[in-house]
Amino acid sequence: MGFVDYVAQAFQLVFDPYVLLVMLCSAAFGLFVGAIPGLTATMATALLVPITFFMPPVPAVAAIVTATAMAIFSGDIPGALLRIPGTPASAAYTDEAYQMTLKGQAETALGAGLVFSAIGGLFGTAVLITAAPALAEVALKFSSFEYFWLVILGLSAAVFIGSSSVLKAIISLLIGLLVGCVGLENPGGYPRFTFGNTELMGGVSMIPMMVGMFAISEVLRFVVNTDPPARLVIKRLGNVFTGMWDLLLKYPGAILRGSVLGTLVGIQPGAGADMASWMSYAVSKKFSKEPEKFGTGHVEGIVESGAANNSSLAGAWIPALVFGIPGDSITAIAIGVLYLKGLNPGPTLFLNNPENVYAIFLVFIVANIIMVPLGWLAIRLSTNILRVPGNILMPVILLFCAVGSFAINNTVFGVTITLVFGLLAYVMEENGFPVAPAILGVVLGTMLEENFVTSMIKSDGNLMIFFERPIAAGLGVATMTILFWPLASWAVRRLRSRPAH
Amino acid sequence: MRIHDALSGFVLAILAVAVLVTVSQYPPTPGQNIGPSAFPALLAFLLLGCSLLLIWRGIRGQRQALVSLGAWTRSLPHVVNFLLVIGALLFYVFCSNFLGFIISSTLILAALFLSLGVRIVLILPIAVGVTLLIHTIFYKLLRVPLPWGLLQGLHW
Repeated sequence: MGFVDYVAQAFQLVFDPYVLLVMLCSAAFGLFVGAIPGLTATMATALLVPITFFMPPVPAVAAIVTATAMAIFSGDIPGALLRIPGTPASAAYTDEAYQMTLKGQAETALGAGLVFSAIGGLFGTAVLITAAPALAEVALKFSSFEYFWLVILGLSAAVFIGSSSVLKAIISLLIGLLVGCVGLENPGGYPRFTFGNTELMGGVSMIPMMVGMFAISEVLRFVVNTDPPARLVIKRLGNVFTGMWDLLLKYPGAILRGSVLGTLVGIQPGAGADMASWMSYAVSKKFSKEPEKFGTGHVEGIVESGAANNSSLAGAWIPALVFGIPGDSITAIAIGVLYLKGLNPGPTLFLNNPENVYAIFLVFIVANIIMVPLGWLAIRLSTNILRVPGNILMPVILLFCAVGSFAINNTVFGVTITLVFGLLAYVMEENGFPVAPAILGVVLGTMLEENFVTSMIKSDGNLMIFFERPIAAGLGVATMTILFWPLASWAVRRLRSRPAH
Repeated sequence: MRIHDALSGFVLAILAVAVLVTVSQYPPTPGQNIGPSAFPALLAFLLLGCSLLLIWRGIRGQRQALVSLGAWTRSLPHVVNFLLVIGALLFYVFCSNFLGFIISSTLILAALFLSLGVRIVLILPIAVGVTLLIHTIFYKLLRVPLPWGLLQGLHW
């Protein structure tokens, strides 16, 4: 079969009434979750997974892709109306959007968020569609050495880029990797850290763990929150699409820059939409002709970082699909779903199931297009969505988490895992230990160990063999640079600050 | 809840040592020098190093209490909320099989609604309604065998 047949098959897979209905429901779910402060896009994914568990592969992935794209956009809504970001990805420009609302330009702020989110998302998708198959072709030639370096590179990028304390990020990563060691799945096939518990033989069940870390921890934060509730400042919104064409013509460079930067941040493991949005906002201010207007209700930064956070979503799927290395915490969960569905990520996925890969691409396109009308609807209904009382919503989410983690293996042990990891994530975040590296560690632990052990056995004690193949050497050098850069720059600073004798 | 870096470092160091002790008893893979203990041991060594660094930084850094509790711990309702969330999950783990999903879920929701200040008249109707909705989604549509427990005779 040729390319055209696969694409035709992909169309059949996606434009199926069941899949479209799933996408519509997940879109509504994503818009809702994103618009509620305290519920993040990652949490939307974690809550969806127990349901997608029971679906065929394409609708399962479609549900996640659609819900996250919508949630990242709709996080802008409470940002503009309440000055509380709905998801961390909107935090960078929340003040800006709120200032616009105070000036009576709420519809422009939200419209820019919506339209340029969709454009950024489509840009990221275009990169995904072109880059992923090409990379997969290269990746087919990879041996354990390349994979070893690639995983190390991904993990070090996750630790060093965008964490306030590198030491704490490393500790978080090591904890994740140790959690990944639990169970039988290791080179010796020996039950590690199971404490005689048969349910731990298969390892710490990924989905209950993610539900705990991303949903239970949020519920805990909500119930102990002592801040007074925020108030809506406006009653009615005008047409959100007014003036969007002018903005498109006025800021084409900013839109492109935001989309490119967002996609790149997305590809890089560990950092996702929030990082993309913060970096883009800063870049936008730096390159703007009117940087003095930033922070006073100026739309330019919203245009650029709104495009960036949505483009990063698609970018994150590139390493996820090609190497099984998640680009952000959302794809970390999605990779778990792909494995469960027998769509093991990796270059062979592109050879053996091209129709499924194309279907995923198609889902991205459809999701970003339907975002515009559905997002418009969400903005119209926003004043109602924002009135949904958290004290009813949060207990319902808690119960949903319990049932969801039970449903994966039909045992209450899943609920125990959810509780343990929920508490762990809560304590970690309270103390400045980022959670994303831990998740990455759990997801990549098995892969890292496998390639590490295989490479060590092949090398027979000769470590130079890790650098013998050209791509492996390149990846190795890149990794070493990232790993030792902070150390080197610290040493240089130390030497410079010392007075010369 | 902020824990002093030195204290978290200490706890992590103990964890690292515990891992090292545990893996030292793992049998080696015959014919190879890399067995199931190599990778976790490597991780534990790194963790030990990092936690010692964390302790050192914690001691050198600003003086603060070993454990400083957040503002919410001084407000009884918030403490109750926090414990209720944890209690709810524990309750589900230990009682859902015996009581059945419908009873346990209604109880959990009602307790949390009450504690979070939902209006009294709304508590039971919402708790029962949400329970039945989740039950329908998971039991009927997704065919998850949620336990019936005490309501076994009534199952539909």
